[in-house]
Amino acid sequence: MIRRLNIAGGLISVFTVLCAVVWAFPLYWAAVTTLKPEDEVVQSGFGLIPRIWTIAGYAFVLLNTNIARWYMNSIITSVSVTVLVLILSASCGYAISQLRFTGRTVLWLAILASFMVPTQTLIVTHFVLMNDFGLINTLAGVVLPQLIVPVTIIVYKQFFDSIPKDYREVALIDGAKEYQIFWHVFIRMNWGITTALAIITFIGAWNNFMWPFIAVTQQAKMNVTVGITQVDDAFGLAYARNLSGAVLAALPVALAYLIFQRRVTQAIMLSAGIKG
Amino acid sequence: MDRKQNLTALLFTGPFIVAYLVIFIYPTIQLVHLSFTDAPLIGPGAWIGFKNYIRLWNDGQMWKSTFNTFYFVLLTVIPTTIIGLALALMVNRLSGWFQSIILACFFLPYILPVSVVILIWQWVLDTQFGIAQPIISYFTGKPVAVFRDRYWAMPMVAFITIWWTNGFNLLLFIAGLRNISQDYYDAAALDGAGRFKQFVYITLPLIWPVTALVLTIQLILQLKIFDQVYLLTQGGPANATYVMVQYIYKQAFQLNKGGYAATVSLALFALIVVLSVLQYQVLRSRGQK
Repeated sequence: MIRRLNIAGGLISVFTVLCAVVWAFPLYWAAVTTLKPEDEVVQSGFGLIPRIWTIAGYAFVLLNTNIARWYMNSIITSVSVTVLVLILSASCGYAISQLRFTGRTVLWLAILASFMVPTQTLIVTHFVLMNDFGLINTLAGVVLPQLIVPVTIIVYKQFFDSIPKDYREVALIDGAKEYQIFWHVFIRMNWGITTALAIITFIGAWNNFMWPFIAVTQQAKMNVTVGITQVDDAFGLAYARNLSGAVLAALPVALAYLIFQRRVTQAIMLSAGIKG
Repeated sequence: MDRKQNLTALLFTGPFIVAYLVIFIYPTIQLVHLSFTDAPLIGPGAWIGFKNYIRLWNDGQMWKSTFNTFYFVLLTVIPTTIIGLALALMVNRLSGWFQSIILACFFLPYILPVSVVILIWQWVLDTQFGIAQPIISYFTGKPVAVFRDRYWAMPMVAFITIWWTNGFNLLLFIAGLRNISQDYYDAAALDGAGRFKQFVYITLPLIWPVTALVLTIQLILQLKIFDQVYLLTQGGPANATYVMVQYIYKQAFQLNKGGYAATVSLALFALIVVLSVLQYQVLRSRGQK
């Protein structure tokens, strides 16, 4: 009986590995294509390893497109979104969790309600608003509509709620200022959550396609995720080049995930409402 | 003291409240207002009452894109939930670094930008050189330009979406499975229940709350589909993949009809709210049985 189970278990494990290999294969296939010369790419067959190794695709993309510029734009906008979202959310979550003030319940309900409204339905009026501000085709115009992330506030509030009230009261008696308590006690004690939320917010901002695509029409102001779709238009069937751009665009988020795997997982669970 | 608290609170919440009013409340009110006008995207328009809403009701392409959105939801929501649970059951049996590697294989696509995902699949499914075309040819006898074929396009976009986003469901299911105490299985095994019975009578009922969560998140997410469709097919061929968000995009940014685009946006918003409340009720009552 036990032997039979082991064989069955072994078979399931083999099947699992097979599924994983098939699932990840398109990633490998795209990556390996970028290291082949363009004429080898279109040869039929299953070239798992390049016959001729080359970085011509990357060289072409780096030299002949605005990708360096797009990269800078992506870094500037994603870092700005991350920093601003965390500051707005943490301080607001702190006030709702620790302070008793007029309108606290209303504010909390308003935050929960905004959770329901999908940002895609606001693209029209966001565009009108950014146009009124003169921010179309600017990086600020890309950043601004991404600043309301109710779930980040909700997560912060939950974690601040679980810190005993005594901490704040003792610090107040010792003469600490509110912002000092916020920073030195509450943020310090939740530094792990802050990193997790920062990474996930950064990945989200980097990957955002629709709003940067709508808010920007000039090539020079594009984010890299929007820009690489322009490379595609320009060169048609040149897969080594197109995919080189794709690999470069994916690199920061892929690295962020591989380095901070545990934090990314934690942040995703928290955002979905599961305390991990 | 109270006034001091209020002042402190204002300092902490002020920046968010300002952002909230400017970026969320104002655009929402503006959207409702816009939907009653014939305004272009930029600039003023005249108040036309419910004309946009009447037009919406009689708009063939609106119905077409609503139908397509539902078709896409049908092709993604339940399949991705089942696949996510199946993979989670498979991955959950493994342990240590081996599990981490297998999990990473399934999860990695989820953190990629959408444009990277579509570039990968355009290459994999390329009609002439795509590495997946032999598989398609095996069934159809010839290569298929999947994104230019009205029958293949939507299922293929759905397939790619599942490949791309399933890692998220997988994570939630794994967390759910880990929360089920081993004691239940031990007790059941002692009573002579086999693997299958354990799965049906322990795993399935106890994983149900996570399943309901995944279904709800997926439903809301997939109703808002735009990026993949726009990048892969632009809604074609012959509007076979035209979806609601793309219709908003078209009315606003291609046809310069701000008022009508606002009406379509509100219709989508209403649809999302109604469906998610409805689904929540249905799933909750099932969970109580």
